[in-house]
Amino acid sequence: MRQEYPLAVENIHLAIKQAQAYGLLGENILGSGFDFQVIVHQGAGAFVCGESTALMTSLEGKAGEPRPKYVRSNVKGLWEKPSVLNNVETWANIPLIINNGADWFTSVGTDSSKGTKIFSLVGKITNTGLVEVPMGMTLKEIIYDIGGGIPAGKKFKAVQTGGPSGGCIPEHLLDLQVGFDELTKAGSMMGSGGMIVMDEDTCMVDVARYFIAFLTDESCGKCVPCREGLRQMHRILTNITQGKGKKGDIELLEELSETAVEASLCALGKSAPNPFLSTLRYFRDEYEAHINDQRCPALSCKQLISFYIDPDKCTGCGTCRKQCPADAIDGDKKLIHIIDQDKCTRCGTCFEVCPPKFSSVIKLSGEPVPDPVPEQERTIRKKTKEKG
Amino acid sequence: MGDIQFEIDGKTVTADPGMTVLEAAQKEGIYIPTLCHHEKLEPFGGCRLCIVEVEDRGWTKYVVSCVFPAANGIIVRTRSEKVDRLRKTIIELLMAHAPDAPDLVKLAKEYGADPDRYERSASFCIHCGLCVRYCAEVAGKHAIGFVDRGINKEISFVPEIAAKECNDCKECFDLCPTSYLQAAFVYTQALSFSASRCRQRPRSYASRTALSKDMEPGWKTKKYPAFRRSFKCRSNYLR
Repeated sequence: MRQEYPLAVENIHLAIKQAQAYGLLGENILGSGFDFQVIVHQGAGAFVCGESTALMTSLEGKAGEPRPKYVRSNVKGLWEKPSVLNNVETWANIPLIINNGADWFTSVGTDSSKGTKIFSLVGKITNTGLVEVPMGMTLKEIIYDIGGGIPAGKKFKAVQTGGPSGGCIPEHLLDLQVGFDELTKAGSMMGSGGMIVMDEDTCMVDVARYFIAFLTDESCGKCVPCREGLRQMHRILTNITQGKGKKGDIELLEELSETAVEASLCALGKSAPNPFLSTLRYFRDEYEAHINDQRCPALSCKQLISFYIDPDKCTGCGTCRKQCPADAIDGDKKLIHIIDQDKCTRCGTCFEVCPPKFSSVIKLSGEPVPDPVPEQERTIRKKTKEKG
Repeated sequence: MGDIQFEIDGKTVTADPGMTVLEAAQKEGIYIPTLCHHEKLEPFGGCRLCIVEVEDRGWTKYVVSCVFPAANGIIVRTRSEKVDRLRKTIIELLMAHAPDAPDLVKLAKEYGADPDRYERSASFCIHCGLCVRYCAEVAGKHAIGFVDRGINKEISFVPEIAAKECNDCKECFDLCPTSYLQAAFVYTQALSFSASRCRQRPRSYASRTALSKDMEPGWKTKKYPAFRRSFKCRSNYLR
């Protein structure tokens, strides 16, 4: 159990103690002569230790590095002994199947994925939290019926499933039924059951960069395709989000992905390119816009956007000027405010604080910022509009 | 002997149970490139250069031959378009670290790898782990290990052990395909244990603080008979 989850650690110890007190665990369980103990081992916190062989090396007291998997763990696993290794969620289904029978369990689900699945629904969604749904439910039902849709009237863009090494599924596949094969076919995976909903303001290149960055740190560093491949993928993706992308970067990333998928030692490396591959598959235009036009279509990549105050909408209220941490906004009462593009750090504060009734601050990307209004035209005269 | 029969590049080869594909190939004189493999060491599977194509009951898969167990009836191809492409990428990734390492230069020529394809990294360690594994498995000293993980992973000497063991051993030096190991050794030596005169007494942080605490007249010869011999170099440190 991960020691970063202290509450879960405390609860599992409590549960084991209770089970022992009831005689359901320990020696001679319920007089059957059968002994069974549950020992909780706390991991030192590495993502890769969720990989089955790395989990075993870690349990053996070694550095959490995966080992070659050509021999199955139920033949040679922990301490080279046959081992059964399953997710807790799988184990949690076992008592129910024993009590209710296999037919009961398989009555729910799709042809290849049976039973229910717990998803962790987060991101740009109204109702966040853990949800248990029958396999075969569509993404649309999970996101809109259970999750309550996207808040603030924004548009849905993609849902990332399966944890950091999963993939992003676009809007046109929202009718996809959740299941192991279905998600894999769509370029994602069931993985940890994570489900991150993203709205139109999310840049998919940046999403890929973010997850690859996470995996770069969490790779164990043993094999070359994962350690070095991800290092280079992260560099290239960072360059693209900063407008320094070059022609050929996509092909280079594809080559690195192929090497990682085919030649990596463990599932972390083999699935690590998923965030890139799935976003490229469904949002190739965004990659091309970043590389060819230095434009971020979602207006999210800081190095590729500029903030600009629309002179027709600005009322000179001064909210943005007072809150700008870089002192980049010039203006006064009844004077159209202007952002000094050289001083601006693109923090977005002005965009957020500009009162919604004016919403005069706009984001631009891939196009030049219009010249500031000449000094003599900056004074805001009482508008006739004010009457009506 | 030779219970297992399979095919490598069209040639039928035999192997004993427990043998890897690479071992079987080497026995038959079939060349598969390797970087992290060493006959005296346990298979590591880190460099992935020995990747080969295996056809097993109609399924084609890509496996690294240094850890893949030889099995009856499999068909192994040591070169194919895809195998070559994967190897080329691996070589290019490693050359971002060690563009001048002789082994890599040779391989780059063979596979047409471009040493400048990827942005250079500062460290020229390629993490083959030969030094770490040799020290643990053959020398049995554990004077060098890996620290950190992911892209921050590096080899590191353990000063306390290295100061005692390494000067007279240095067997790992010849194994290193780049010269990073030697550099790391010199660096560790300079920082935590210096000239051979001092090597009897590793000066860890704990022992240094202990020394300064008991500094009373006459303590040195009583407590540490070797002190007089190494006084010169240590006095610099204590000051």
